Amino acid sequence: MRRPVLPVLPALTLLLMLGPVAAGLWGALLPAFGHLPAAGLTGPSLYPFHAVLDWPGLPRAALLSITTGVGATVISLCVVMLLLAGWSGTRAFRTLERLLSPLLSVPHAAAAFGLAFLIAPSGWIARLVSPAITGWERPPDVLIVQDPLGLTMMAGLIVKEIPFLILISIAALGQAQSQSSIKVAQALGYGRVTGWMKTVFPRVYAQIRLPVYVVLAYAMSVVDVAVILGPNTPPTLSVQIVKWMSDPDLDMRLLAAAGALLQLGLVIGVLVLWRVAEGVIAKLGQGWVARGARGKCDPILAQSALFLGGVSSAAIFLGLVVLTIWSFAGYWGFPDAFPDGFTLRNWMRHGPGALAALVETALIAGTVSIVALMLTIGCLEAEYRYGLRVTQRGIWLLYLPLLIPQTAFLPGLQTLMLGIGAENGRFPVMLAHLVFVLPYVFLSLSAPFRAWDVRTGTVAAALGASPDAVLWRVRLPMLLRPILTALAVGLAVSVGQYLPTLLIGGGRVTTLTTEAVALASGADRRAIGVYGLMQTGAALLPFALALAIPAMLWRNRKGLRDG
Amino acid sequence: MDKGLFLRNIEISSQKGRLLSVSHDIAPGAVLSVMGPSGVGKSTLLAFITGTLPADFSAQGTVMLDGHNITDLPAHKRRVGILFQDDLLFPHLSVGANLAFGLASGGTKTARRDKIAEALTEVDLAGFESRDPATLSGGQKARVALMRMLLSEPCALLLDEPFSRLDAALRAQVRALVFARAKARSLPVLMVTHDAEDAQAAGGPIITLQAQR
Repeated sequence: MRRPVLPVLPALTLLLMLGPVAAGLWGALLPAFGHLPAAGLTGPSLYPFHAVLDWPGLPRAALLSITTGVGATVISLCVVMLLLAGWSGTRAFRTLERLLSPLLSVPHAAAAFGLAFLIAPSGWIARLVSPAITGWERPPDVLIVQDPLGLTMMAGLIVKEIPFLILISIAALGQAQSQSSIKVAQALGYGRVTGWMKTVFPRVYAQIRLPVYVVLAYAMSVVDVAVILGPNTPPTLSVQIVKWMSDPDLDMRLLAAAGALLQLGLVIGVLVLWRVAEGVIAKLGQGWVARGARGKCDPILAQSALFLGGVSSAAIFLGLVVLTIWSFAGYWGFPDAFPDGFTLRNWMRHGPGALAALVETALIAGTVSIVALMLTIGCLEAEYRYGLRVTQRGIWLLYLPLLIPQTAFLPGLQTLMLGIGAENGRFPVMLAHLVFVLPYVFLSLSAPFRAWDVRTGTVAAALGASPDAVLWRVRLPMLLRPILTALAVGLAVSVGQYLPTLLIGGGRVTTLTTEAVALASGADRRAIGVYGLMQTGAALLPFALALAIPAMLWRNRKGLRDG
Repeated sequence: MDKGLFLRNIEISSQKGRLLSVSHDIAPGAVLSVMGPSGVGKSTLLAFITGTLPADFSAQGTVMLDGHNITDLPAHKRRVGILFQDDLLFPHLSVGANLAFGLASGGTKTARRDKIAEALTEVDLAGFESRDPATLSGGQKARVALMRMLLSEPCALLLDEPFSRLDAALRAQVRALVFARAKARSLPVLMVTHDAEDAQAAGGPIITLQAQR
């Protein structure tokens, strides 16, 4: 990192993060008004919007986006807040936290497949209780997975968002001095849950507001989980946009572009309503606080939150177990709890394909994460050396790529690339991944990087170390663990990306995730098992290394073991 | 040669207004104690001298060290050593590597190793090279931090409440050691403290900063 490069890194980082988003929105705007020279169309016209509005599935698809998105966010937020209220600081909570942390990195697609294999009529749960309890000799004829109301899809989102919100909230709790507040509240006769909700919740929520918005925007516009667990006729709006995009008829791109803007409007509208609801709830909450109720059903609330948190971790964990079983399964007839035999045949058959996809996945994820890490360290170091201050607006910019739905700007980005004749392929896919990897790497590393005691740097400089030497010889080694964790976060985010790979790769870039999601339409559970497991492994292994490497390197350094 | 650390008409301001003004010469081997309530800007003065003044502050005046104007030099070229109340030993390096980090560069491998061994012997820590700093006692850490700083051959020594984390018995001992080593090397010393006993033990002039209103 030569000195002249450092000052421009923050600007470069913002450009790499927001440039594709802006370009993609621009690229959706033109075709949405009928202007697509690549297809010989010149606008402006309102035809695309008319066509989208004429699509009979639209009201249902839009409604599905709203219900699944808002539902998943509200339920996971409630469970997480009640969990924190009832249990933060207890041993049960630490156990749950330790269970949930690795689950965070399980890719959405793998978690969704696991859930489907558990709760489908022919899923593992039905097999375990049949025919002994249910008497079923054949899978019952009910639509659980891909149900028309999107309830299963909502469940799939909830089990993945709970760990995310918990870990984000725990980080926020540290700054809220929650333990002393809860002690005071309890001394005044409040129950744990009520006391926590009245004293700590407002402070914690103010801290996690942006991540909650991210969850909401994500859940409203997710594609891979919706393809696997969501309804089909019609699908959610985001899935329909992707269908239009993959139609060989270029006219359909106009519909996709108009749909993308509609999706954006939908998300913005719901975010605004959510913000209004925050105000209303705050008002109601003030009244609730003023009435001084001590809380009567606290234990029940706490117990049910713990139960739901447990069920949600169990769903992911058992989902991975059943994926593993299927990947090694020989013949497995319906009511049997386990396959007749275990075999390596599935792995032999799908192994080579999965391995090729793994190489592509690793290449993309590795490059993108390392670039994101270098940019992040550069930005943070520039902030430290030049005394820059990050404003609230800066934080918003960081969250922007995560708040704008992928389906709103990726179609436009692809159309734009088509228009300028850019080749689809690995490099554009990497750039697209960077948009989503950068914010997460930055959010993961910035707190520990800024928490580093700057007096250590003063001492090192007083000992004659140049700024670069301080960075390389003191700061980075001391921060090895958070740096590797941030790298692992970046890898996991990249591994899990579906839509950027699919759209920007033009179908020519094959990663574990695109392969796995493509299998959703078929019924080959063994292949899904193989790909789902590989995908999970690719996301989990870096986290294991991020824990193991510092523990090994610093095994004789007590001062670095817990921090 | 104008040996010593000369602070000439130094004025430091924050956004809220003027924080402090100091003008004082510290001769080699002498100790200037700066006292005052917390928040008065004692550490800010040291940050100005080490070249690490946060961007929120602005400063005027000159710092002369052994005849050189170091006011605008980058932090690592000033040759001003500093000790904080925490030892701030680098947790990822062994005791020996911490000292090697401080030891001015140059010299053969064996010569450097010998110098480090010698420095450890000087403070009764012979053979501690491979120890993890986190396993040392508070007094031992303070001594390693002192020697690490001295090995970098500074021309002046700044002390930022350096003894306030040590218990009473250890405190007098470490304090005597620091002042003795500084005197032996004829270093001008600037100490900020809120402890009158520290200032008395230093035996030099004392200036007291007043909170500006």
